[in-house]
Amino acid sequence: MRGIEKSFGATRALKGVDLSVNPGEILALVGENGAGKSTLMKVLSGAHSPDSGTLLLDGEPYTPTNPLHARESGVAMIYQELSLAPHLSTMENILLGIEPANKGLVKWKEMKRLASEALATVGLESVDPETPVSNLSIAQQQLVEIARAVALDSRVLVLDEPTSSLTAQDIQKLFDLVRSLSAKGIAIIYISHFLEEVQALSDHFTVLRDGESVGGGITAEARNEEIIELMVGRNVDNLYPRNEHVHGSVKLEVENVCGFAKSGSSSFQLHEGEVFGVAGLVGAGRTELLESIFGLEPVAQGTVKVGAYSGMKTPALSWGQSVGMVSEDRKTQGLALGLSIADNITLPKLDGLGPGRLVMPAKQRAVCDPWVEKIPIKCQSAAQATSDLSGGNQQKVAIARLLHADVDILLLDEPTRGIDVGSKAQIYRLIDSLARGDESQGRKPKAILVVSSYLPELLGVCDRIAVMCRGVLSEPRPVNEWNEHQLMAAAIGEN
Amino acid sequence: MSISAFNKLFSSSGSKTWINIAARFLALVIVFMFFAIFVEDGKFYTLRNLENIVRQSSVYATAALGMTFVIIAAGIDLSVGSIIALAVVVVAWSLNIQVDGPAGEMVYLVHQYPFMTPIAACLLAIGASTAVGLLNGAIIVRLRMVPFIVTLGSMGIIRGLAKGIASERDIYPPEETWIGGLMDPTLTNQAKSWMIFPAGVWILIVCIAVASFILKYTRFGRHVYAVGSNEETARLCGVPVGRTKLIVYGLTGFFCALAGFMQFSYIGGVGQPTTGVMYELFVIAAVIIGGASFSGGEGSILGTIIGALIITILYMGGQQMGWPKWVQEMVIGGIIILAVAVDRLRHRKLV
Repeated sequence: MRGIEKSFGATRALKGVDLSVNPGEILALVGENGAGKSTLMKVLSGAHSPDSGTLLLDGEPYTPTNPLHARESGVAMIYQELSLAPHLSTMENILLGIEPANKGLVKWKEMKRLASEALATVGLESVDPETPVSNLSIAQQQLVEIARAVALDSRVLVLDEPTSSLTAQDIQKLFDLVRSLSAKGIAIIYISHFLEEVQALSDHFTVLRDGESVGGGITAEARNEEIIELMVGRNVDNLYPRNEHVHGSVKLEVENVCGFAKSGSSSFQLHEGEVFGVAGLVGAGRTELLESIFGLEPVAQGTVKVGAYSGMKTPALSWGQSVGMVSEDRKTQGLALGLSIADNITLPKLDGLGPGRLVMPAKQRAVCDPWVEKIPIKCQSAAQATSDLSGGNQQKVAIARLLHADVDILLLDEPTRGIDVGSKAQIYRLIDSLARGDESQGRKPKAILVVSSYLPELLGVCDRIAVMCRGVLSEPRPVNEWNEHQLMAAAIGEN
Repeated sequence: MSISAFNKLFSSSGSKTWINIAARFLALVIVFMFFAIFVEDGKFYTLRNLENIVRQSSVYATAALGMTFVIIAAGIDLSVGSIIALAVVVVAWSLNIQVDGPAGEMVYLVHQYPFMTPIAACLLAIGASTAVGLLNGAIIVRLRMVPFIVTLGSMGIIRGLAKGIASERDIYPPEETWIGGLMDPTLTNQAKSWMIFPAGVWILIVCIAVASFILKYTRFGRHVYAVGSNEETARLCGVPVGRTKLIVYGLTGFFCALAGFMQFSYIGGVGQPTTGVMYELFVIAAVIIGGASFSGGEGSILGTIIGALIITILYMGGQQMGWPKWVQEMVIGGIIILAVAVDRLRHRKLV
């Protein structure tokens, strides 16, 4: 096998990626969130076809038309999110789509035999192929996915962050397995954020940034700092207003908090007039932390204290305690896109919009107009449907909702994800002015928590930053004691 | 048939399913005992009544076979009642076709070919019903629409079609045929008692075996479970998701045609375009009570059959208790909500 080479023209996500891997070699593919790794995966698996560029497999042109074709060609994927059918047995999951059959009739004995072989290859001899996969542990399920890949004599195996939900012990076992597969001559592409894993496992590495391959080499010869340099490699532009924020009393106190979804622990204090940043990679547990604080997810351990209150929380209680949240996914969670701007803004606080408990549309719009003007939200009127707006303006609607509810504590999860630079700048200015408050208009300074994967943004707007890595939040440090490299290093556990 | 072979044929994933079936069987026994005790003079467990229960439940159960496939694949089909009516009307319409006779006068086709005409009528009804089922599936797959909406719409369209074919009247065929006799009582009728069950019930029994076999032993059957369990995974693994869904709705149409023949016989061999109203409710209820989940990936043919029996016993038992119709309707509605509530609770425990 000569390996895969590919390059793409000027596409949105991939601006020209070159990558090659030889049989028996482990190639690490590293890059920040949004660098184009998942798009690359989709091209490889046949879900997307490249606009230009060529893929070669064993020196032959390889153009996968669909996932089955890719599998049959010998290219198998292990996705970051587990992709098993929970109701089916282990053997059916392993051989899903490629069941041994005679004229449509499944050959169960053959299936059991093939599945047992595949399970033995991944070190799961002890698992009965007929067990429903939902009875297996997460680590075992991960191995079943790999068994699915090896059941078809794959020549190229792509693993996308396979360790994000595994314990240290299971990770070690996985590494041993990956090494033994590569020793059998399978070419392996290992996608990861964690440089320790890259160092421990890979022979070569390639760094992806903004849809381009920006460098690579032999892992053993590269220092971590060099790889981080390649991953970050951009200048902080002058988007960010820098004004003095006066910190007041503690508004929110988080002590040893951990939700049920992930293990870990987080502690910090958020002050009036402070912008506090939480850095970290997607999946590190940042969103879960915010949801625990806001009452969307139950708190498994530790306490969340808002003012003097530390009891049970629900989102409705949180709004009542003057805590508001902008969720990371505005399309499915943050906004009711079919409703008008005014409806979205006034949703948490419909009081005082009409006589008694009635809600008068005209009054609703009148209340929203000042926000639309001040932020500003680009639209025809507050009666317009939110779905008509651009992503940036939708995000501003989500934030305006917190301003209408006049909350003291703002929890912002990825407030600028997927929006244009102009809107970003407006949101940064807004965050700054909210933290400063305005004495003349009687507006008190707000306490603001920002979660972001975009490091320059955190360094630009925050007063203090803490880094989340595998569920554990680091000690917060003032922003001038951080730089991008240190943040990235902490996020990928390089301390 | 040995217990283990029986188990293998009817269970989807081993002993857990088997326990689920046993629990449902227990529920069936309890419901039956309730009416057996409370209906006056032991009328409920007379031979005639038991036979009626089997005859009535066969219509629901046959249509519910197709619905089981649909619901396992995480879909829904609200148009089954209308498809049954379409089959009933197409059969009656075909039996009423007139042609030029030897002496130049109009004669009924069925008089000229008394054997072939009913068979042709059945094939025509099966063709029409399967076609509308496939059309449902094609719209759902091709236009990526929600099955609920598509079949809600087709429920009206197909009902209208049935009424149009029948010119909004009941069609009375000129001659009694074997189709009309499919559900004739057997145990209470000396001449036919050698059959034990009416012919329609035998058809159902064959269908149960075939449907169970398809679900358990064919790639298609396993793909139905995979699509319902995790559609995205199925797609990533190369399962033909669209084709699987299409066939599943086609199967519902096919089984509704068979249910239509039984209904045709049960209502006295009349092509009644207004028959089968609200049947979608009974059929879906049978499948859900039988252990399938609206979120897909679960369900079994045997469970569905037990579900159909439970629904029928509730319905007929209620009549014999002298409950007014409005009470019966409320009880059935309540049972459906209860079954879904149990389904939700079960899933919360799993998660």
